[in-house]
Amino acid sequence: MIPDFIIRAIELGLLYSLMALGVYITFRILNFPDLTVDGSYTTGAAIAALMIINGFAPWLATLAAFGGGMAAGAVTGLLHTKGKINGLLSGILMMVALYSINMRIMGTPNVSLLRETTLFTNISPMIFMIIVVILVKILLDAFLKTDLGLALRATGDNPRMISSLGANTDTAKIIGVSLSNGLVACSGAFVAQQSGFADINGGVGMIVIGLASVIIGEAIFGRMTVFRATLAAILGSVIYRIVVSLALRVEFLEASDVKLITAVIVVIALVFPSIGRSWSEKKTARKRSAELSREVPERA
Amino acid sequence: MLKLSRVYKVFNAGTPNEKIALTDINLHLKPGDFVTVIGSNGAGKSTMLNLAAGTMRPDAGELRIEDKLVNSLPEHKRSRWIARVFQDPMAGTAPHMTIEENLAMAYKRGQMRGLRFGVTRAKRDMFREQLSRLGIGLEDRLRAQVGLLSGGERQALSLLMATFTKPKILLLDEHTAALDPSRAELITRLTDQLVREQQLTTMMVTHNMEQAIRLGNRLIMMDKGKIILDIGPEQKATLTVERLLHEFEQISGTKLSDDRVVLG
Ligand SMILES: Nc1ncnc2c1ncn2[C@@H]1O[C@H](COP(=O)(O)OP(=O)(O)O)[C@@H](O)[C@H]1O
Ligand SMILES: [Mg+2]
Repeated sequence: MIPDFIIRAIELGLLYSLMALGVYITFRILNFPDLTVDGSYTTGAAIAALMIINGFAPWLATLAAFGGGMAAGAVTGLLHTKGKINGLLSGILMMVALYSINMRIMGTPNVSLLRETTLFTNISPMIFMIIVVILVKILLDAFLKTDLGLALRATGDNPRMISSLGANTDTAKIIGVSLSNGLVACSGAFVAQQSGFADINGGVGMIVIGLASVIIGEAIFGRMTVFRATLAAILGSVIYRIVVSLALRVEFLEASDVKLITAVIVVIALVFPSIGRSWSEKKTARKRSAELSREVPERA
Repeated sequence: MLKLSRVYKVFNAGTPNEKIALTDINLHLKPGDFVTVIGSNGAGKSTMLNLAAGTMRPDAGELRIEDKLVNSLPEHKRSRWIARVFQDPMAGTAPHMTIEENLAMAYKRGQMRGLRFGVTRAKRDMFREQLSRLGIGLEDRLRAQVGLLSGGERQALSLLMATFTKPKILLLDEHTAALDPSRAELITRLTDQLVREQQLTTMMVTHNMEQAIRLGNRLIMMDKGKIILDIGPEQKATLTVERLLHEFEQISGTKLSDDRVVLG
């Protein structure tokens, strides 16, 4: 039997996996570390919560959250491309601005959904999320293989080339950042409905969790093809949650230590591959030198 | 086809680093012209190509493509007519995408990019056939990542991507300079073949005088931001490296000493 806490971790991982896919789009495809995520996650939660307590259908509230996230991402994209503001700074500006906007949407720092009908009132989050995640993955993989999707990927891979082929890289970036934050906001909406509340600080640290998920996933499943890379982001999100829940069972760790653990995971995942690479390079170089020295006859 | 009239380009105007890159450039390429461009380092060759392609704007003068004034049209809107191959083999292809995906992007040159699949079965067959014309076996590696190809293979692919949609104008900027001699020769041969077959209007910058004389129907020489020599089809047929060097000395009053100009 799989222990209960693992099941719960898998469920959480799936709820957050759309956020990981969003981070994959900006961080890996567009080469653009987008910090809007911390704000747009909460925007998603806020929009969904507000609409649900006002009697809208949960699926409509979730869809609206997706739209809200896309709008936030589009503004970040505009600031970066048309306003020529550095990518990191564009994201930070938007993240800060969204705090006020999210507060305006929710009206109070915390909105409870405990008595409301949500997406998960009649169906278990696990089953629902498995279906949603598979659908989103299929759609995203397909999108990234369309002419527009190819242009988006090339914008991160070789902007000069795709621009010389007639694609507008500004537009591609705006579309990518927008789609990314739409997915992030969806996760926000899902988690709010599953946990029964939306909190103004719910999104704090989300970007690091997204990065951790993407990086863990890549380390295990690779990213050579689109299919693999999106799979890696989703499973990375699940594995991250399992790792965290295991860590929290360690006696001396507290719930508030999770953020530190996450940051450490990201650092390890970022540092080790490059250390490994330089090790293996040095090893090969030493081996080659040894071979060469054997070929050179000893001087008497 | 492509017409530059009284074109000027000045970099860092009004600062101590001011650099007059082009002065009073007049050049008219007729349909099917294949012009080779030579000249010492810093003569303004790349700048002229960048202005034509739209990555830079002229400070004065007119640029026309098929009689349409294109001065203010950005690069991505000119790509409908203009294809380029850069000197750096890494510049013309997306390394983390496959050969067929790269070709699919080139296939959509200058068109709207929508939500249809970039690579379809029909396109894949067409790509395979086009790749086989390069004669280097890329047709069997459609799904290989481009980053795994050698510099020569990537440049051959770039050349195919630039030409197989029959652009109105092809701009080549020292596109063989970063390759070893045998690979450079292969790319030169492919360039000649592809340009001839499709009768593309072409401007090719090269630092190899022998190559500049052998290819194309017209040769221009640039120096210090000016076109100092323009040799048409009749004269070019009998041109030699010696005569070209002699002409240069006559006009510029200096010996062509730049070691980047290779004699052949
Ligand atoms: N972006 C730029 N900024 C400043 N100066 C430039 C720039 N591009 C080219 N130049 C200068 O303009 C002159 C012409 O350069 P270029 O067209 O690259 O010459 P070529 O390709 O013939 O070697 C050179 O002196 C170069 O230093
Ligand atoms: Mg140059």
